[in-house]
Amino acid sequence: MDLSAFFVELANVWPRLLQGSIATVTVSFQAIAYGSVFGSLLGLMIFYGRMPARICGWIYLDFIRGTPVLVLMLASFYIVPLAGLGLSATGAGILALSAFCSAHVAEVFRGGLAAVPPGQAEAAKSVGLTFPKILFYVLLPQVLRQALPAWINAAVEIVKASSLLAVISVPELLLTTQQIVSRNFMNAEFYLVCGLIYFAINLTLSKFGKLVEKRLAF
Amino acid sequence: MNSILEISGLRKSYGPLEVIKGVDLAMKPGEVVSIIGSSGSGKTTLLRCINLLEEFQGGDIRIDGQLIGYKTSNGKRVALPERERAKNRALTGMAFQQFNLFPHMTALGNVTLGLRKTRGMAKDEAVAVAEKWLERVGMSQRKNHYPIQLSGGQQQRVAIARAIAMNPKLMLFDEVTSALDPELVNEVLNVIQDLANDGMTMLLVTHEMRFAYQVSSKVIFMEHGVIAEEGDPKEMFHNPKSQRLAEFLGKSKFQ
Ligand SMILES: Nc1ncnc2c1ncn2[C@@H]1O[C@H](COP(=O)(O)OP(=O)(O)OP(=O)(O)O)[C@@H](O)[C@H]1O
Ligand SMILES: [Mg+2]
Repeated sequence: MDLSAFFVELANVWPRLLQGSIATVTVSFQAIAYGSVFGSLLGLMIFYGRMPARICGWIYLDFIRGTPVLVLMLASFYIVPLAGLGLSATGAGILALSAFCSAHVAEVFRGGLAAVPPGQAEAAKSVGLTFPKILFYVLLPQVLRQALPAWINAAVEIVKASSLLAVISVPELLLTTQQIVSRNFMNAEFYLVCGLIYFAINLTLSKFGKLVEKRLAF
Repeated sequence: MNSILEISGLRKSYGPLEVIKGVDLAMKPGEVVSIIGSSGSGKTTLLRCINLLEEFQGGDIRIDGQLIGYKTSNGKRVALPERERAKNRALTGMAFQQFNLFPHMTALGNVTLGLRKTRGMAKDEAVAVAEKWLERVGMSQRKNHYPIQLSGGQQQRVAIARAIAMNPKLMLFDEVTSALDPELVNEVLNVIQDLANDGMTMLLVTHEMRFAYQVSSKVIFMEHGVIAEEGDPKEMFHNPKSQRLAEFLGKSKFQ
């Protein structure tokens, strides 16, 4: 390995790596945001909904969890446009990742609700609170507290899975790295750099999670 | 005087299993009624029906004259909408065996939640009411503590303050000392005695026979979902009419 040649090359391409990293973070962030909102609603539906709604929820969950993310990605890239919806490659990627994320979050959320002792909702009912208020003031704070570590895990999974956007030609971190090494042939060096960047993003995410966890502790 | 609580023909089943099989009960303002009876006789279920934490399939419950939970429309019995039921629930206060304090809120936060979100009080007003009741149960020193920082007896006293701060017509206590270490039982019983002396109308399920004897104006003995015997505590404990009550009292070593 020629170190000085590597550093010269790194000095040349770092703006592209940065751009790729930003794309990865942006796409992941959007997928996590959409996936979390939809997943939470889905979790509520599965926990409190009537039987038909629950069954639909479970079918969706099983389908998403049983399908490789890569397949979700290709499906959303090739199939969604057939339905007449104009969707960019990035849009298709975010859609697939959001679906993947929502399944994780729904499961985490449902588990969190199930873990709150039934006496909590009863005590809240007993002082006359209506269901939305019970959910908001009594249950959600406890679910959030207990589901946070699993939610951060899901977020980390999304960041990793975002590398699959490379196959539908979205220039995120992995595709950018592939383009760089196809020109300079420094495969080992730049895949290592790429790996380190993913690691740094996810480390930041889990550190942030730990911080929030401490804040929410009671 | 009008009744605070008026139950007639109450029936409740869990699926095919009928656990309350026609209970009638009336309570006047300021009355303290204790329910005793063996495990599984339906004591908790009765309190939960009164607090509308359970559906019931037959009979009426009136609190201060108001029919709760259900109405009759076109000769059919229909459940009231959830919003109405939430209001009905606030007519009674309940203290649970397991306290059920909200772990993410301080003692003060636990008491103010219902005042603010059900009664719609402004923050200052809710805090003032909550502080008054926390003081009353001897917990004002620890109003900013979280439940995890309190002993069982302290938690239970906060839970009682939370229920009673809502100014309910009737307080329900379900074995509130059963989950406590023996040395913490009295601090909670003293609070209940104090509220009784103050004229609070209370219905309590207890295994503390001595306490039931001393605090109650009436004692009810439940067996298999019905009231098997009821009356003055002295009569009940010293001259039980039924063999079952005599056996029950014998087992719980009341002399
Ligand atoms: N959620 C439930 N589902 C089905 N059956 C139940 C449920 N809760 C209570 N039961 C049954 O109803 C009957 C009455 O129970 P309940 O809890 O009211 O008794 P209890 O008198 O309070 O007993 P204990 O002294 O043990 O607290 C019991 O047979 C019990 O098994
Ligand atoms: Mg019970």
